[in-house]
Amino acid sequence: MSERPGPTGAAPGEHRDERGPVLRKGVGVPTSGWFDPRGRALGGFAFAANRVTGLGLVFYLYLHLGVLSLLLRGEGSWSDFLRIATSWAFLSLDVLLILGILYHGLNGIRVALVGSGIVADRQRALWWSLGVIGTIALVVSASHIYGSR
Amino acid sequence: MSTMGTRRFRVYRYKRGDPGWRFDLFVVPVGARTTVLEALRWVQRHLDGTLALRHSCLHASCGTCGVQVNGREALACVTPVEDLGATITVEPLANIPVLTDLVVDMREFVDRFPDEIAITRRSEPLPGAEPPEGIDAYERFEDCIECGLCLSACPVSATSDGYFGPAALAAAQRLLEEPRGVDPERILGWADDPLGAWRCHAAFECTAACPSNVRPAERIMALRGALGRRAG
Repeated sequence: MSERPGPTGAAPGEHRDERGPVLRKGVGVPTSGWFDPRGRALGGFAFAANRVTGLGLVFYLYLHLGVLSLLLRGEGSWSDFLRIATSWAFLSLDVLLILGILYHGLNGIRVALVGSGIVADRQRALWWSLGVIGTIALVVSASHIYGSR
Repeated sequence: MSTMGTRRFRVYRYKRGDPGWRFDLFVVPVGARTTVLEALRWVQRHLDGTLALRHSCLHASCGTCGVQVNGREALACVTPVEDLGATITVEPLANIPVLTDLVVDMREFVDRFPDEIAITRRSEPLPGAEPPEGIDAYERFEDCIECGLCLSACPVSATSDGYFGPAALAAAQRLLEEPRGVDPERILGWADDPLGAWRCHAAFECTAACPSNVRPAERIMALRGALGRRAG
C-alpha cells in the first residue's frame, strides 16, 4: 500500500516532511482515542469495552497464578486465603470476573460473525441479543456465587 | 442571520510555521437555524479573516466542510448550533494532517484509495464532449462524498497511518459489487493486506460518522467475507 503512488503521484505519508500536526482523539496518544467517549456509537463502546475486558482477563490470569502459588506455602497459607475468598467483597470480584469473561467471549462471537462477513450488517442486533444472553448468564452466575457463601 | 442569542466557539488554530496549535475563542450571534459553517463564516467576516476553513456546496453533497464539532465528526454546513451547548469546540478532522486551522490535507486521504477505482462514469460526459486530457486523475467514489469523516472517527486509523481506512476499503467493496471492467481479483489482492481489510477491528464508528449512508464498516465486513470465500 505505502509503495503505491496515488492519484497525486505520492504514496500515503510521502508528504510528511511538510506535514502539519495530526489530531488524535483522546489525550493525544493514539490508543487513548479508543476510550474517548465523545460522539462514540454503540460499536465504538463495544470495541473499547472489549479491550478493557481483554486487559482485565490477562491481569486476572497472572493474579490467579500468583494466588495458586500460595499452595507452595502450605495448608495454613491456603486456608487463610480461603477465608478472604469467601467474603462478600471477594465474591463481588468473582462476579466482575464473570462479567468480563461473558462480555469478552460473547462480543468475540459477535465480532467473528460480523467480521467474517457472515452477518456483515447485523452488528447492533447481535450486540443486543448477545447482551441479553450475557445478562441472564451473569445473573444466574451471581446468584450461584453469592449463594455459595 | 436572525439573532436569538450567542454561542462561544472554541476554534482550533494552527498556521504553518507555528510552534504548536491553540484554541481561539469567539462569541458568535446565532439564530434558530444557524449552522456551524455559518457561524465560522461569521467569524471570518467579522472577527478574524485569517481563520481558514474549507467549504463549497452548503448542502452536504461536496464533503469539503468536514470537521469535529464537540469531538464528533460532522459536516459543518448541515450541523445546527442550537443543541450543541453554550460553548462549541470546533477542530479539524483527526488522523489526517492539518494544513492550516480547520483545513486538513486530503491528499493523504485520497492516496489510500485503490488505483482501480472507477474514474468518471462512461455515461456522464455529454455526447460529443471532449474530456480534457488528464481527467482520469480525478476519481469518483459513487455514494461516498470523500469527506474523510470516517477516517477521523476510526479508532484503528489513529493507531496506524498506513491503514487503508474505511473509505478506501468501502470503495473497494463497491468495485466488487459493480466491477465495470475492473478485475475483482486485483481488488481482492489489494484489500488482502495486514493494513487493509484485516486491520479493521469492527468498531463501526465509520458507519456512525458517515453522512452519506455509505456504511463503510458493513462494506469492509462484506469485503472480508469475499476474501474468506476466495481463500476457501
